[in-house]
Amino acid sequence: MLQVSHVVAGYGAIDCLHGVSLEVHPGEIVALLGANGAGKTTTLMAISGLLPCRAGRITFDGMDLPDESPESLVRRGLSHVPEGRRILGRLTVEENLRLGAYTRADAVQVHQDLQRAYALFPILASRRRQLAGTLSGGEQQMLAIARGLMSRPKLLLLDEPSLGLAPKMIQLMFETIQRLNREGLTILLVEQNAYQALHVAHRGYVLETGRVVLEDTAAHLTTNPRITAAYLGS
Amino acid sequence: MTGTQLFLQQLANGLTLGAIYALIALGYTMIYGVIQLINFAHGEVFMVGSYLALTLMLALTALVPWPVALLGALLGAMLGCSVLGWGIERWAYRPIRQAPRLNALITAIGLSFVLQNAIMLLYGPTDRQFPNPVPLVRWEIGGVTVTLMQVLVWGVAAALMCGLQWLVMGTKLGMAMRATAQDLKICRLLGIPVHRLIGVTFALGSALAAVGGTLFGMTYGTINFHDGYVVGLKAFTAAVLGGIGNIPGAMVGGVLLGLLEGFGAGYLSSQWKNVFAFVVLVLLLLGKPTGLLGERVADRA
Repeated sequence: MLQVSHVVAGYGAIDCLHGVSLEVHPGEIVALLGANGAGKTTTLMAISGLLPCRAGRITFDGMDLPDESPESLVRRGLSHVPEGRRILGRLTVEENLRLGAYTRADAVQVHQDLQRAYALFPILASRRRQLAGTLSGGEQQMLAIARGLMSRPKLLLLDEPSLGLAPKMIQLMFETIQRLNREGLTILLVEQNAYQALHVAHRGYVLETGRVVLEDTAAHLTTNPRITAAYLGS
Repeated sequence: MTGTQLFLQQLANGLTLGAIYALIALGYTMIYGVIQLINFAHGEVFMVGSYLALTLMLALTALVPWPVALLGALLGAMLGCSVLGWGIERWAYRPIRQAPRLNALITAIGLSFVLQNAIMLLYGPTDRQFPNPVPLVRWEIGGVTVTLMQVLVWGVAAALMCGLQWLVMGTKLGMAMRATAQDLKICRLLGIPVHRLIGVTFALGSALAAVGGTLFGMTYGTINFHDGYVVGLKAFTAAVLGGIGNIPGAMVGGVLLGLLEGFGAGYLSSQWKNVFAFVVLVLLLLGKPTGLLGERVADRA
């Protein structure tokens, strides 16, 4: 579904990715792990077109991504829920959700998806007229994910959904990720919380300073001594 | 004329000027709101709008009844300026969107010279008489004179501002504009065509400036190719007064500035009216730098 091959990208004069390659197959949850600054977020930004690729190739559903604008990627089924949630605080919860469906014209289907989002996170339904900036951190993360789903993506790029959340909320996030995947959504998940991420993922990649240093099934990675030493604690 | 009558008369005059300022100020504030750019060529768009309306008015008044001529001139000027504003964004500002802000400022100054000189070449450097087909109807209400023209200015300005408020708060396009104003990057990720949206914002702001230009010409009777500078600066002041980036703020700021000038001219001296406006602006910025209705400071001042 998604092929990233030998991608080089970066900011200003500095390259942060030195030839990253990875693959996501339909129906999978793939975890992208690594320390701070390893290039996880940069990889997602290169995929969704926020950052130009300086070399390499990215294809999604058979099309070359670097030629596409971020807008058309959303139309084609790619949704990126960025780090830090980036909810629109001065707009209401419902407006945030509706903006997630901006590329879609069918009002009836959008309304149905709105109801689905509220069913997925009932707390959002009770806060739908509230300004999104007044939500708690966990509620904002729910809103960010729900908003990302409003474009009916085939592939969801999820950047640090557990960051800064209470343990109970983290649990809920990972349960939601699994549930969405069971319903057919393919997910590329960037996480600091390696243990939890590998618990839900099928496969994983480990990035180090802009390179993939390990790739394996989630089960193998969980028992890999390098991983346990670096990320999971022994 | 009693004290109350003088007050009410200046109120009526000030409201007329204020409505025109407000229409122009909206363009500054909408554009700033979406991309944090002060479009200093906006005053010239207003000026071009007044000349477009002049040409249309001259052509139409001989052919059709005055309300139709007025409507035709207004709509024609709005359309012309929308295209101009959209083109300015597309070919002057968009190519330098990532460049330092000084570049945009220099571009705006260059654009102003181009537009001013183009109009001067086309229409000549002297004041042009602006035809006003509106019949001279006056009402005396308690000793205060209100003209049909003034009522027309208030009505058109109020209708457009209500329309804009509806557009921004009640439509999908407006929702996307508010979202882009808050976080342009996330809007790209959500699939909102932000470039097109920015273009639409320029077109809308420019259309409102064209209405301001038409009403300005009709109210004051003459226009000149450098009207855009002074009036544009006043409207910019009005936008800052209300809180730049804030749409109701631009309306309030415009009306307030018009009233200030009206009362300043009526009670003190009409030659000093520009001074009152800018003194109030300086005082307000000392006390509340975000303007009357502005909330955000951070990096945007």
